[in-house]
Amino acid sequence: MTLIAKKIDRRSFMKVSALAGGGMMLSFSWLAGCKPTTQAEVMELPKEWFELNSYIKIGDNGVVTLMSPNPEFGSNVKTSMPMILADELGVDWKNVIVEQADFYPERFDRQFTGGSQGIRQGWKPLRTAGATAREMLIKAAAQTWSVPAEEITAGAGTLEHKASGKKAGYGEMASLAATLEVPEEVKLKDIKDFNLIGVSQKNVDGKKIVTGKPLFAMDHYPANALVAMVVHPPAFGMKVKSLDESSAKGMPGIKDVFVFEPVKEDYDRNFFDVNSFSNLVAIVGTSTWEVMQAKKAIKVEWEITADSSFSMAGFGGNKMTVKVPGGVESTEGHKAAMEAMAKGKVNLLRKDGDPEGAFKKAAKVLERTYTAPYLAHNCMEPMNCFADVRADGATLYGPIQAPELIRNTISARLGLDKEKIQINLARMGGGFGQRAYGHHMVEAAVISQKVGAPVKLQYNREDDMTYGIYRPTYSATYRAGLDENNNLIAFHVNGGGVPESPVHANRFPAGAVDNYLAEGWSVESNITIGAFRAPRSNFIAGAEQSFIDELAELAGKDPIDFRLELLERAKTNPVGERNDYEADRYAGVLKLVREKSKWDEPKSGVNRGVSAYFCHNSYVAEVIDVVIENNAPVFKNVYAAVDCGIVVNPDAAANMGEGAIVDGIGNALFGEMDFVDGVPQKNNFHQYRMIRQKEAPRHVEVHFVKNDIDPTGLGEPLFPPTFAAVANAMHKATGKRFYNQPFMKEMDVSRSRI
Amino acid sequence: MAVFNLSVNGKKQQVDVDPATPMLWVLRDHLNLVGTKFGCGIAQCGACTIHLDGTAIRSCQMPVSAVADKAITTIEGLSEEGDHPVQKAWLEHDVPQCGYCQAGQIMTASALLASNPNPSDDEIEAAMNGNICRCGTYLRIKAAVKTAAANA
Ligand code: FES
Ligand code: FES
Repeated sequence: MTLIAKKIDRRSFMKVSALAGGGMMLSFSWLAGCKPTTQAEVMELPKEWFELNSYIKIGDNGVVTLMSPNPEFGSNVKTSMPMILADELGVDWKNVIVEQADFYPERFDRQFTGGSQGIRQGWKPLRTAGATAREMLIKAAAQTWSVPAEEITAGAGTLEHKASGKKAGYGEMASLAATLEVPEEVKLKDIKDFNLIGVSQKNVDGKKIVTGKPLFAMDHYPANALVAMVVHPPAFGMKVKSLDESSAKGMPGIKDVFVFEPVKEDYDRNFFDVNSFSNLVAIVGTSTWEVMQAKKAIKVEWEITADSSFSMAGFGGNKMTVKVPGGVESTEGHKAAMEAMAKGKVNLLRKDGDPEGAFKKAAKVLERTYTAPYLAHNCMEPMNCFADVRADGATLYGPIQAPELIRNTISARLGLDKEKIQINLARMGGGFGQRAYGHHMVEAAVISQKVGAPVKLQYNREDDMTYGIYRPTYSATYRAGLDENNNLIAFHVNGGGVPESPVHANRFPAGAVDNYLAEGWSVESNITIGAFRAPRSNFIAGAEQSFIDELAELAGKDPIDFRLELLERAKTNPVGERNDYEADRYAGVLKLVREKSKWDEPKSGVNRGVSAYFCHNSYVAEVIDVVIENNAPVFKNVYAAVDCGIVVNPDAAANMGEGAIVDGIGNALFGEMDFVDGVPQKNNFHQYRMIRQKEAPRHVEVHFVKNDIDPTGLGEPLFPPTFAAVANAMHKATGKRFYNQPFMKEMDVSRSRI
Repeated sequence: MAVFNLSVNGKKQQVDVDPATPMLWVLRDHLNLVGTKFGCGIAQCGACTIHLDGTAIRSCQMPVSAVADKAITTIEGLSEEGDHPVQKAWLEHDVPQCGYCQAGQIMTASALLASNPNPSDDEIEAAMNGNICRCGTYLRIKAAVKTAAANA
């Protein structure tokens, strides 16, 4: 058994018990839509609840309520995180009710969803919270029965003292347990004793989803709320010059029309404060349809922005100055600028050995350039937020991955103490990084404050798609040298983008080649970007793994063998100190995917591509089979092998993996946002092609490496390698290499139906 | 503004709205039936799918004035207890990720099965192609449609 120091802050317990003493005055289920989930309907609710800590309440009848701390955007945290609590606590899952916690930093650590970190960073705190409550129940039983605590066992919601034959349900001991001292140290379960972690459990919100219950912020309709929409400039690099209020004010249902600034000019921004436009027009009315009509009719004059800059805290908190060029930009200009930058003065990111000397000696040299366009997140739920700002406080309810940071922003913008700002966490209709940025919440808050009423801010699809915060556009040039025995002796990556470089200098194949050079560069822009499922990796993995495939071909080696050869070198005799991956685990997923895909038994008519990548602490290898039917690619089979340590909820993990692969295929084939004079060239799904049912792969298998390593994330890692597996498989099928995303543009369009 | 008498999920409802208002917003803003979702507003994503006399339609493109006395069914009215074979199959396959598209997917699938109880793979793909799932749950959707067909 592991003994670990108590991680739960004592003060938070004190505060909680003080509040609990006066009755549970804290409303977790603020919305009808967030009331106890499905199980509650079949369980009898207790007469009284006893709170053992922030995460766990036990009813007098043994029913357990577990708080799910992180916002849910579809990655299953609302089911998987409580499963960790429940396993350590030792309760039957069927006696558990899961409730979504609101944003409440005094009670919960790190209420942030993103970066595939929920399970990884929640693992220890959640286990500790579960084990702490279990120990308090045991102590309560020991006191009641006057027997030594060490002789009492706890599990399946029952406490038992074998020697005396005494037995009790958790519910019977909960009231005493809740009054006991919180133990300083607790024993966590042995991994082999887990009986819930690793056993698939259904989504706790499944029933509500399939019956259409209100779960999303957009479903929140308080009787007195007005509807608001914004009008943003038609192009990046523009702002509102003047508004003709009369063009919309008299229209049916319209209450107010005005220009506002989402951010004050002198505000020091935090990492997730991304505002695409310096001012916006608000339209406020009584119903969505009426406001939509006014949005069509409204007349606004726009003007070009000048250069500007603002101060911003980086992810680590260090301040930097961000420069924003004025004026309008186009994709053509970005391409030219990226080409020039790649050839100009670049930043040295890493150098091992003597790359140029080695290239001179190389028997064969391969050089290829890869590019990808901007991508829009296109979450199914368009941005929206409910805000009720009063003189004495504010309540917000909207899709947000990072409530903590946006609360600071809202506080600064409204001039309200942050303690007076309540953020309730909605289920999100997708996130993918977009909802780490809370501009929509600030906008809703400013509008509510201005009109003095609660408002539902609603973006339409066009707003959502053209607001910005895109995945950046990138370019990377790879160069490699092989000696006469086809050994890799030199490797060079030069990569950049608008406005950031995608190069991860210490990732594979760094460490596996003696002479290695990584360089980066970036181009400033006023088109806003943000995290998008596996930032940077989502491009660079595709480029690197396509290049490695072509390199293996040049070397006359099997692409899996070639990668394993390099990983063996990185393991036995690594180059350099700072290599960001474990070569063994990397090789492990390649070996597993080789086995599961029957890689060594090629079938005629099957064109397969392989790819492997490590990011967000997890390792993934994928094999994709493609055939060309009616001149269009049909993805027959996808095999993925994943090493993310312990898998908490296997079927949900597989679902996540399948989705990431589908997403990867879709964006590799179709994903693209271009600009002309600052204007996004697509604004809805008739123009922005999304992968649909017909293009989805026919069969996907997600296999997990079995080990006892603490779990890491899953939301992102299956996405980046998909791009190269697609490109490499399509090369086998068509004889053509795919260097520029989206790949469908590179297909012979006249022969293609897709 | 005009008064419309509607039949929604077997209940008579009256609304007083602009005749051009799409059923999507009549349901959401005026009848408190929020299970029907807004995704694109231009009949491209399927999130707003409802049944009109049993046929799947995109409610974002259906003005209230065109509904007349046709029976409207929304996700809330698909079954009393959430036990329509399609809903049960969705739970069995644990289809949803974020869940936002799923009401629309279920309404499209249930209309398909009502008219074609044993669809082929191609027919499922064709019928479901208008419903985008950004989370990429397409494989589970297809598997669930087949399970629902088998269990209906
Ligand atoms: S909202 Fe109606 S089809 Fe997209
Ligand atoms: S489950 Fe998220 S869009 Fe389909």
